[in-house]
Amino acid sequence: MTFELPLLIFLVMTAAGAILARDLISSVLILGTYSFTLALVWALLGAVDVAFVEAVVGAGLATVFFLLTLFTTSEKDTEIRRPPMPWIALVALPAVGLLLLYGAADLPAFGDPGSPASTHISPVFLENSVQQTGTPNVVTAILMDYRSLDTLIETIVIFTAGIACALILRKGDL
Amino acid sequence: MIQAHDSVIVHTLGRIVIPITQLFGFYVLVFGHYGPGGGFVGGVILAASMILAILVFGRHSPHSWLGAKVLNGDGLGLLIIAGLGGLCLIGGGEFLNYSHLQIPGLDDVSRHYLGIMMIQIGVAADVAVTGVSIAISLSDDENDEVSHG
Repeated sequence: MTFELPLLIFLVMTAAGAILARDLISSVLILGTYSFTLALVWALLGAVDVAFVEAVVGAGLATVFFLLTLFTTSEKDTEIRRPPMPWIALVALPAVGLLLLYGAADLPAFGDPGSPASTHISPVFLENSVQQTGTPNVVTAILMDYRSLDTLIETIVIFTAGIACALILRKGDL
Repeated sequence: MIQAHDSVIVHTLGRIVIPITQLFGFYVLVFGHYGPGGGFVGGVILAASMILAILVFGRHSPHSWLGAKVLNGDGLGLLIIAGLGGLCLIGGGEFLNYSHLQIPGLDDVSRHYLGIMMIQIGVAADVAVTGVSIAISLSDDENDEVSHG
């Protein structure tokens, strides 16, 4: 609990810095810092697999893709000019934030064993996955065995993204 | 077009870091049964190592031959996963129900273990190839056609 509050404050600071930074390259690097901080938060909450994916994809691969895009696009666009914020946004955004906080007060507590998410089908997976699949990591067992059709569709999505990037961006021989 | 970096420091560090990254990627891929990680993360780490080789040594250097060759395998990972599902269909069960993989000498648990292993390799292959493919697409421009044909 002692580490969570500084991490969350740093998370908000890096998120604001990534938006407010004038130079796009420093903005991308601050976004990588944001992803690493978010990975630390996931790891503290016990979601180690999610933290791993966030650190590798968010801070590693996405940063490389952003930087490659910045190097390919023209140099003069690296300065952002944004119009001043309209007054309705200044009113509406805090109102929506307060509404979300009000709604979040009704959510079950973190790690509550009586919440619907941990009483419906999660106990079935937790109790049977080692006997049925021989895999101690229950996240892998769910993703790759019980929900393997979802994984197939995810793979199709990634494949389609690669094909679409190649079709749009490549000018020479494919 | 990505040019090779001309600094000796970058080249030396690249020669050290790239094999370690690839080894770690394979470790994460194979260790997904017992710890955090698995096919997706392992594939991303492998893609990152190949992108690093392309960025450091250039696309047509012999040091980055793996990143150039691996593009020919686009769709192989998808084929592995769908083929595994097809094998389960042939074995008389539902699509991707590993209990019906007809491999003699394996009990039910081992079939599930093998199925998870194969689908992780498929996801890793697909993600790694797509990562390298997107990186090469993003850094492609007209100079490439002029200089390389």
